[in-house]
Amino acid sequence: MTPAPGTPTEATEQPAEAPPEAWLLGFARALRSAGLSVTADRERTFLVATAAVGVGQRSGVYWAGRATLTSVPADFPVYDEVFERWFGTEEVRRGSHVDVVRPPVRQAPLGGEAEGQDASAGDTIEARASATEVLRHRDLATLSAAERAAAARLFDALDPRSPRRRARRHVRSRSGAVDGPATLREQLRRMGEPGRIRYRRRGVRARRVVLLIDVSGSMSPYADSLLRLAHAYVRRCDHVEVFTMGTRLTHVTRALRERDPDRALAAAGRVVPDWSGGTRLGDSIGAFLDRWGRRGMARGAVVVVFSDGWERDGPEVLGEQMRRLAGLAHRVVWSNPHRGKAGYEPVQQGIVAALPYVDHFVAGHSLAAFEELIEVVARA
Amino acid sequence: METAFTSPADVTSALARTGYLADEALSTITFLASRLSRPVLLEGEPGTGKTALAEALAEALDLRLIRLQCYEGIDATQALYDWDFPRQILHLRAVEAVTHEAGADGDARALEQELFDERFLLARPVLEALRAAPCVLLVDEIDRADDEFEAFLLEVLSTWQVTIPELGTISAATPPLVVLTSNRTRELHDALKRRCLYHWIDHPGLARELEIVRSRLPEVPEALAEQVVTAVQRLRASGELIKPPGVAETLDWARALEAVGATRLDTEVAAATLGAALKYREDSERVRGALDKLLTA
Repeated sequence: MTPAPGTPTEATEQPAEAPPEAWLLGFARALRSAGLSVTADRERTFLVATAAVGVGQRSGVYWAGRATLTSVPADFPVYDEVFERWFGTEEVRRGSHVDVVRPPVRQAPLGGEAEGQDASAGDTIEARASATEVLRHRDLATLSAAERAAAARLFDALDPRSPRRRARRHVRSRSGAVDGPATLREQLRRMGEPGRIRYRRRGVRARRVVLLIDVSGSMSPYADSLLRLAHAYVRRCDHVEVFTMGTRLTHVTRALRERDPDRALAAAGRVVPDWSGGTRLGDSIGAFLDRWGRRGMARGAVVVVFSDGWERDGPEVLGEQMRRLAGLAHRVVWSNPHRGKAGYEPVQQGIVAALPYVDHFVAGHSLAAFEELIEVVARA
Repeated sequence: METAFTSPADVTSALARTGYLADEALSTITFLASRLSRPVLLEGEPGTGKTALAEALAEALDLRLIRLQCYEGIDATQALYDWDFPRQILHLRAVEAVTHEAGADGDARALEQELFDERFLLARPVLEALRAAPCVLLVDEIDRADDEFEAFLLEVLSTWQVTIPELGTISAATPPLVVLTSNRTRELHDALKRRCLYHWIDHPGLARELEIVRSRLPEVPEALAEQVVTAVQRLRASGELIKPPGVAETLDWARALEAVGATRLDTEVAAATLGAALKYREDSERVRGALDKLLTA
């Protein structure tokens, strides 16, 4: 009796025929199949809410549904679309859509450089350990498909650690400042008899790490590896945020939460619209700062930029945005895959403009280089 | 004081009496919050009136407003309760002195009971709100607090009760009206969002913002208010600013202009008072350079 999603005619013409609950539940289900996270408890709240505003009230149902069934501004367009299909296009004054970075979902080729099947990859059988050792130092852009798969497994061995910061909260310690409350509590236990003095010091907590990954054309050979590194960070450390930068900025942290690296990368691939496009590095960093960074995400964080510094627009924009970034972040690390190569000079205009605001300028072309990077971040 | 509101329209008019102009969406959600005893989670740009809603609600319903400002590292002792240790010690000493003089021996158990008494309890905002309910509890900038705190808050918001080991469980007779605000510096946990009614507050349109200025600052001349609001709307629409002015800034600017005795907005006074609306050097430089365009176009 519940109308199937996508067949709204029945619902719009004869809403009174079906019991309103079934009809409203059908709407919630349709939202779920459209991709919103509509859980059973949310459905229930929705029904109670619509009952409170009155089912006959079209706009009431609209707002009650929006308040109970959506949870981020990005849900609003989907909600509106389904609402329209379900309840017809009759006049509802709806809320404006908030401009959130939610690019059209598109499948992007991921690590799919199934280039020149290297027959040689299989036939030289050396000691496993040394092969691994060699792979660790190989430039990730030059790997064959088989080597790439082997390297992907080595990402498991990476051990990303969060940098530390002093926490607000105190922890018990053998020395440090006198802990008044704890000392008094101790005395209380003895009925007020003075006793041992307790000490405390500031605890430590994980500092936030923000990874900004350039996925433009010039960086595409590294994009797959960089996302694997980012996945390792997201899985192992608290307070990690990952963005990809190309012609636009995409927040991919959620996609990378997936436990399995390959599925996580595929999920990230689905949300990033601009693989291998141009770079607007300065604008991307600016967008990050405006939307997230300045409000708190960059404050006191260690920000790592993975890019070769090729900038389509002039270097002035990048320099300006890097200055802002450096002002907010605790440390700025720039990882450039070309840095690790012999004869590299930081001459790209972008890099030249950015370098004055970078605390650590490191390589980022091999697993060994990633290990060094992890060390730099952990000590930042 | 069961459910003070009878309909969304009732909310609109009650809030309007306090000078807060809510649109249909916000009224509906506020109405639902009071009807279903659910917290409201408000997200949006800074300066769009998230915090002001809680203040207006408290005023409209004539309830007490209890505010909990979140920050990084906030924990239960700052949100819930703490024992007043110095006073407990003092009490202990006093009892000691008295029993010593009287020569009687104290009953340790009874004394301990006395120490963990209601009067040595420092109620922090959340506990205070549970005890004072009905009231309005504003949990401001929840995104600044840590994840653990969010989990803790979720527990209180779903059961409306708090357990203090030494005293027992304290629960609210009627749940307080809770407003949570977030600036979206980080994603809140889904569990908390599910518990709440979610709403995104946008910057108001020209007509509504003008209405807000009129109702909040009746002393500002009509023409001036209109000019200020038009200018602010243009600044927001330009999309070039690091920090576009919110409604609070509009009000500040109008107030500032009124204070310097301006009757209309020209480039000179605008340049002098721009600091009330724009809080970044880069922004004011950019706007100063194109002031005449902003005011005439």
